[in-house]
Amino acid sequence: MSAVALDLPSPRARVRATQEPAWVRWTLIGLALAFLTLFLFVPLISVFYEALRKGIGVYFASIVEPDALSAIKLTLIAAAIAVPLNVVFGVAAAWAIAKFEFRGKNLLITLIDLPFSVSPVVSGLIYVLIFGLQGWLGPWLAEHDLKIIFAVPGIVLATIFVTFPFVARELIPLMQAQGSEEEEAAAVLGASGWQIFSRVTLPNIKWGLLYGAILCNARAMGEFGAVSVVSGHIRGSTNTMPLHVEILYNEYNFAAAFAVASLLALLALVTLILKSVVGARAATDREEDYDH
Amino acid sequence: MQPPGKCVVKKFRRHSVLPGFNLALGFTLLYLSLIVLIPLSAAFIKTASLSWPEFWTTVSTPRVVASYRLTFGASLAAASLNAVFGLLVAWVLVRYRFPGKQIVDALVDLPFALPTAVAGIALTALYAGNGWIGRWFEPYGIKIAFTPLGVFVALTFIGLPFVVRTVQPVLEDVESELEEAAATLGASRLQTFARVIFPTILPALMTGFALAFARAVGEYGSVIFIAGNMPMISEITPLLIITKLEQYDYVGATALAVVMLVISFVLLLIINGLQWWSRRRGEAL
Repeated sequence: MSAVALDLPSPRARVRATQEPAWVRWTLIGLALAFLTLFLFVPLISVFYEALRKGIGVYFASIVEPDALSAIKLTLIAAAIAVPLNVVFGVAAAWAIAKFEFRGKNLLITLIDLPFSVSPVVSGLIYVLIFGLQGWLGPWLAEHDLKIIFAVPGIVLATIFVTFPFVARELIPLMQAQGSEEEEAAAVLGASGWQIFSRVTLPNIKWGLLYGAILCNARAMGEFGAVSVVSGHIRGSTNTMPLHVEILYNEYNFAAAFAVASLLALLALVTLILKSVVGARAATDREEDYDH
Repeated sequence: MQPPGKCVVKKFRRHSVLPGFNLALGFTLLYLSLIVLIPLSAAFIKTASLSWPEFWTTVSTPRVVASYRLTFGASLAAASLNAVFGLLVAWVLVRYRFPGKQIVDALVDLPFALPTAVAGIALTALYAGNGWIGRWFEPYGIKIAFTPLGVFVALTFIGLPFVVRTVQPVLEDVESELEEAAATLGASRLQTFARVIFPTILPALMTGFALAFARAVGEYGSVIFIAGNMPMISEITPLLIITKLEQYDYVGATALAVVMLVISFVLLLIINGLQWWSRRRGEAL
């Protein structure tokens, strides 16, 4: 570049030509930050402020109260069932889609994404139509004294539905980008299916898998609409944390509502931190594959 | 990339040396059917018990139509605001350096991670007449919480990351050579943006807009706290479904759900089309 001794503008002038003047830059930064402050930062801070407003004593009392504890327990149970199931599904779906060529693949990918475009309320409703008292299986379930709707199984089902695509949609593009040469080499060398997966595929996708699972978990613990339809809102028994927040809020018990909400906000912050750490690792993995 | 071995196109799948296809696809289809497809079809089958005129009356009562108007109007307004400010945030995050940039970048995803109920009560507390933000509007007679304006605020929060996260990677890939060429040819910064950069990111911007809109249309948790939920004024369609369910009007609730589902499917098709356009535009460059 430097050998060209034409009458080019100096490097500094060239940089300036593709950059905005400082006042434009700072105005744009200021506007963007103002918007984010109004719609993001202030709401986040206000959760913790409202939670601690009545003092640390009220805060902890609201969290260790039996109904709150049972809500926390139910939220953990729902996530502990929904996340592993969707991880297994995500791996299976990504294996079939990324490693093999078959007809109808694009349709399958679209169908896997479907739960993301369904309103949470509708997600809950469809399970009421099947398992509710008026539903297809309702009379049979009632006969056998099984309860799904307004009970824990319904909550778990609704949670599985709303978090269904997270792991799969993370793994499909990742595994497609990685191709299957390494797995094919392992197969030719005589590795069994499980050996190929655990020794070749899994190390390649572990960060992407973890990333999907983190997002899946955040949504599983925070879901409100779908769970609200199937829960029946029975205090101390079918209330998850978000539903418990709603009940407290509607009882004008704002300090307690925000105290439980602050736990969920903490979960969100932890999720964001893990997401940037794991996301960076997953991105490096992807780039390494492109370099091959 | 062709897998080794013979390749018979007419067959359902191409030959591969890797094992596990039947198991993986079989499990995928079974799980997909049990969790998603069969339950979703239940909504359509239930609604099929209604005759067409019955269905039409159920989904076009004045209260329902008012809820559509609010749901779609507020979603459109929120997605539009997010398109403008999402583009601005993406631009600032990609192009400029400022203190705290990494934290800001990470926090943009907050609406994805924060449970909607938490967002709902926090926004309500802030935008109520005595809240930190609402009190600045109160003297001018502007009420935000418990009015349609509150719905708009909640939907803006929910849709915020979509535009930023779809535009950001495309903006990062814009070749600086193109801008340099434009500058060399005498274009001003604004001209370069309008004629060179903007057309490149337009498909991504529209995808982000559509994603934010689609998310807003179905949103429930964050809205019900701030909306006030007055019939005909500030009642969104998902809430109306819940109201009907609580009155044991399963058929009515399902009819509304089918309307929402059909709209979501159409939006999904549009989004897929936009993403395809976006990818093609990206490859063309």
